[in-house]
Amino acid sequence: MICLTETERTLAADDTHPALALAMRVLLKTAEIMGAPKLLPVTSAHIDGCLYHGDSGVYFAEKLVDLGGKVHIHATLNVGTLDLIHPHLVRAPSPQKTMAKRQMQAYLALGCAASWTCAPYQAGHRPALGEDIAWGESNAVVFANSVLGARTNRYGDLLDICMALVGRVPYFGLHVPQNRLARLNVDLTALPNQLKTSESFFPVLGAWLGRTVGSVVPALSGLQGPISEDQLKALGAGAASTGAVGLFHVVGHTPEAPDLATASGGDAEIQTLKPTLQDFRSERDRLSQNHRGEIDCVAVGSPHFSYPETRHLLRVLKRRKSRIPFYLCTNRFVLDKLERKALVDPLINAGIELVIDTCVAVAPILKNNQGIMMTNSAKFAHYGPGTTGYHSVFGSLEDCVESAVAGRLIRNESLWQQP
Amino acid sequence: MATTLKSRVLVAGVAEGIVLRLAAPVSFWGGVSPQTATIVQAGHPDEGTCISGQVLLLPGTIGSSSSSAVLLELLYREIAPCAIILCDVDAILALGDLVAGEMGYPTIPMILLPEDRLKTGQMVRIERAGTVTIISDTRRSPNGIMPAGA
Repeated sequence: MICLTETERTLAADDTHPALALAMRVLLKTAEIMGAPKLLPVTSAHIDGCLYHGDSGVYFAEKLVDLGGKVHIHATLNVGTLDLIHPHLVRAPSPQKTMAKRQMQAYLALGCAASWTCAPYQAGHRPALGEDIAWGESNAVVFANSVLGARTNRYGDLLDICMALVGRVPYFGLHVPQNRLARLNVDLTALPNQLKTSESFFPVLGAWLGRTVGSVVPALSGLQGPISEDQLKALGAGAASTGAVGLFHVVGHTPEAPDLATASGGDAEIQTLKPTLQDFRSERDRLSQNHRGEIDCVAVGSPHFSYPETRHLLRVLKRRKSRIPFYLCTNRFVLDKLERKALVDPLINAGIELVIDTCVAVAPILKNNQGIMMTNSAKFAHYGPGTTGYHSVFGSLEDCVESAVAGRLIRNESLWQQP
Repeated sequence: MATTLKSRVLVAGVAEGIVLRLAAPVSFWGGVSPQTATIVQAGHPDEGTCISGQVLLLPGTIGSSSSSAVLLELLYREIAPCAIILCDVDAILALGDLVAGEMGYPTIPMILLPEDRLKTGQMVRIERAGTVTIISDTRRSPNGIMPAGA
């Protein structure tokens, strides 16, 4: 039985605030299903419900607007179905574009920030260690929990905006400290150092982790520092795509894991896995459906590319030009910084198409309905075939650039061989 | 004599229809077409099967948090299953059902019942309190749906 404050109890039937009452009814019913003993105040929300899946999602958001709904806490928006800055990029029929735009506008009218990004944590929205938050979008959830040490479950569309209106979440899952402890130790000590420190290892490690542990909280040990935020971002996005990982710990690196004993709550019996180089090579191969040598395009930025990642891309490009379409998906925050640093022209001159507010996996942007897309993102590689019809080829960022410049697949295999 | 089973009610409702027990879990987002209610996940053992009007039994929960939005769209288009039976507690699909109720769209019963005795082709009836009666073991027609006059 859920225990509510007097305010919470009256909210669900409050005729003077009908949007709030609707949101509270949905929230309470969810809390009941999940067996939550109480509701918990939260400081921020990240809302995934702004992506167009059909007209009902538009009508729901517009109903909340019509009922006078306003978010109670800071709320950022995930990607939409349109690039509002480059509207020509999305190939959807006009009626669908109109509805997608109405949906995006409704969420703005509810008071959400026009962030339109799956990486809000790199667009100025950084909750603190121990802060309870209400976030949607699997990669943002796993980053907030693991890298920032904030606390959120993987919340579903429709509930996310309800929680933002009420400013509360049901108390269950990863809000409960005990459930945040590692239940499994993944010991990576024996892997070659050159692999463990390479950029392309992290998305593959993530994909392997998700497929292997499902939704269990793992601790990763034996990784050599330093590890960049973008590497942890790639790890989490991979793990949340192939599995339902909402939180991982990297011993010695992430805030709740100064050592294995702390991360696991002193569990001496914790099960240990020791994956091998062969396991990761197989996982990398699973992220590609096609190695024939032809590629039709390159896509990077799932999750949205950060400023440092974009700088790194320019360094690898060395003023060369891509011979095939090359999509870089990012957000307005990064675009703004690129503009201020005069880095947009060098990207355009290199043949890079900037995709803002959305990405190639959720909106029809790629030129055809089938082909071969090369990417350095485990998340693009995993979802791409289903959402775009393109086969995926996974490679490092360097591989992606060399392939784009040559117009055919080039991959450096040396990392994945036993040294 | 008809077999009667007890379930936990997630969303209350009455339905009568034929069980479609999926051979593997499916994510509604990316796995079920919101326009046709057909399973579209490449390589899924039930790929190509239409879930509309069936008592859909999901053997596990996986997948995207946008699955709630896909179920809402199926309910709005009146092509949803006539009931959903889950084997694990999960709020994501239930959200689509709850919001459909708030929007004035049809809703369907959603119950928690990890139960090996329910099999594809059986005719079952689900009551508001969550009781499930297996009316017939033999009926096989996937299209002979009789929605309950609730």
